[in-house]
Amino acid sequence: MHMADALVVPAVAGTMYAASTAAAAYSIRKVRLENEPKKIPAMGVMGAFVFAAQMINFTIPGTGSSGHLCGGMLLTAMLGPFAGFLTMTGILLIQCLVFADGGLLALGCNIWNMAFYGCFVGGLLIWKPFMKRNMTKRRITAVSVAACVITLQMGAFSVTLETLASGITELPFSVFIGAMQPIHLAIGLVEGLITAAVLLFVYEARPGMLWAETAAKEEGRFSFRRTLVILAAAAAFIGGVVSLFASALPDGLEWSMERTAGTSELAASGGAYELAESIQGTTAILPDYAFSFSDSAAGTTVSGLVGGVLVIALCIAACYGMKFFRKGKNG
Amino acid sequence: MAKLGRAIREIHSLENLAERNTFFNRIHPTAKVLVTIWYLILVMSFGKYDVTGLFGMCLYPLILMISGDISIGQAVRRLKPVLLMVFLIGAANPFFDRTPVLEAGGITVTAGMLSMLTLFCKTGFAVFASYVLIATTTMEQICYALRRLHMPQILVTVLLLIYRYLVLMLKEADRITQAYMLRAPGEKGVKKSAWGPLAGQMLLRSMDRAQRVYESMTMRGFRGEFFLRGSFIPLRQSVFYGVVWCLVLAVFRLVPVFELVGRIFIR
Repeated sequence: MHMADALVVPAVAGTMYAASTAAAAYSIRKVRLENEPKKIPAMGVMGAFVFAAQMINFTIPGTGSSGHLCGGMLLTAMLGPFAGFLTMTGILLIQCLVFADGGLLALGCNIWNMAFYGCFVGGLLIWKPFMKRNMTKRRITAVSVAACVITLQMGAFSVTLETLASGITELPFSVFIGAMQPIHLAIGLVEGLITAAVLLFVYEARPGMLWAETAAKEEGRFSFRRTLVILAAAAAFIGGVVSLFASALPDGLEWSMERTAGTSELAASGGAYELAESIQGTTAILPDYAFSFSDSAAGTTVSGLVGGVLVIALCIAACYGMKFFRKGKNG
Repeated sequence: MAKLGRAIREIHSLENLAERNTFFNRIHPTAKVLVTIWYLILVMSFGKYDVTGLFGMCLYPLILMISGDISIGQAVRRLKPVLLMVFLIGAANPFFDRTPVLEAGGITVTAGMLSMLTLFCKTGFAVFASYVLIATTTMEQICYALRRLHMPQILVTVLLLIYRYLVLMLKEADRITQAYMLRAPGEKGVKKSAWGPLAGQMLLRSMDRAQRVYESMTMRGFRGEFFLRGSFIPLRQSVFYGVVWCLVLAVFRLVPVFELVGRIFIR
């Protein structure tokens, strides 16, 4: 996923440098606040370890191919997201200078795509909330795999956006994304499993070394409520702003239906169908995700926002419902 | 696991090159780092169809490689890690952008072909420029330059430590995998049941090593800052070197030098 210099124009490279610098400045501040001088050599040695371990081929059963460790996730689990981010930055700089893997100008992009997502998103939004209360083998495996898959998907998506924003390739967005995401899904799964295997070994041998032990002490700094607010803001942004760019082309299912049946709307008849349709007609405030009277951008935005709020509300209700039932079961 | 051996050899060969006592090696690292960054910005700022303008930028790495006795073949080999991705992205351009630009000898050159060519050229130039930098400057000197450019001390220290322990870790990984391969002949990689123990043990040993490193560093008076020294040419000459290259490169970016020279001969 390392981007070469040729894939970015100076404007994009500069923007990504600014974003990565902000993340690095924040990480430096946090590491300084931790005031653990022992951490500095640990970061250096762990960085060298990840570098070397990534060159070991781990055979993937039944495929004949091999994969390697996910550096960002491993560093986060061992050192924490901030020290992990700085260590990954060092690794990426050395990879670019010594091994020509990635470019100096594209370093900001690479730091963002690999270190930021791997350490900040993987560490703060995935690893920490799940490991804070209770660390089990099953959780370590599930979280490692999920974090690797999600962060790699985000990284691959960013590579696509940065390349397209630079105007380097004539590849259409859909083709580019269609090539990038599935490949990185497979890579993420494999890397997640290998990383999980290593972390499980550490958990069994020296559980105190894993980062969540210290994370648990930081009470309420990244509370459930705060996480919820961030997720709500993200959902509002995606629903309200990003949905403006939603494709007018049919989605996968509609496309397949059009190919096979010649239409994307299936006709159905019968009493039950008519009853359901009349109920839907009266209750739906946003038929087909836009105002019934308008195809405007405002309609799309409002649809996105309302949809986001509804889904979040539904998820929260489901979580509380499950909690309520579990409580009832236990006692 | 030949990758590990190759990586070790690559680092040693770069160190040997960077520790020579040539003129380019003795230029102040800050000047070299700044010229490299300036060069990369200028190269990447060329439009995707501006092949002739871009060609002018090949002079910088070419001049330095030739005069600094840096192997061009070695530089070309370094393209390998980035080539696949760039090729996959660039190779699509001729198919998606078929606007004819010119016709030469019965062959129609399309805009997509030009953009693909500029992409490959940019990749090559960027890799060569970075190679020239690392082949004439040790990692310690680069860290020194980064510190002078106000990169935070903690980041520079981590960078230096990673580099210092890199060969050690690569050798350890090489030993471990060799021992594994000798016990598991015919296997392409480490099998699933050994994923955790093999890398995990190495990781635990690394953490123990970090502890020992920290203790020995504090015993020697480490207070978080590395002090680097080097024997460079006088600062004024280094500044002159940097300014001249920056100006020459800017001229090549703004004026189509190759085109103008060509017009003298072809009317």
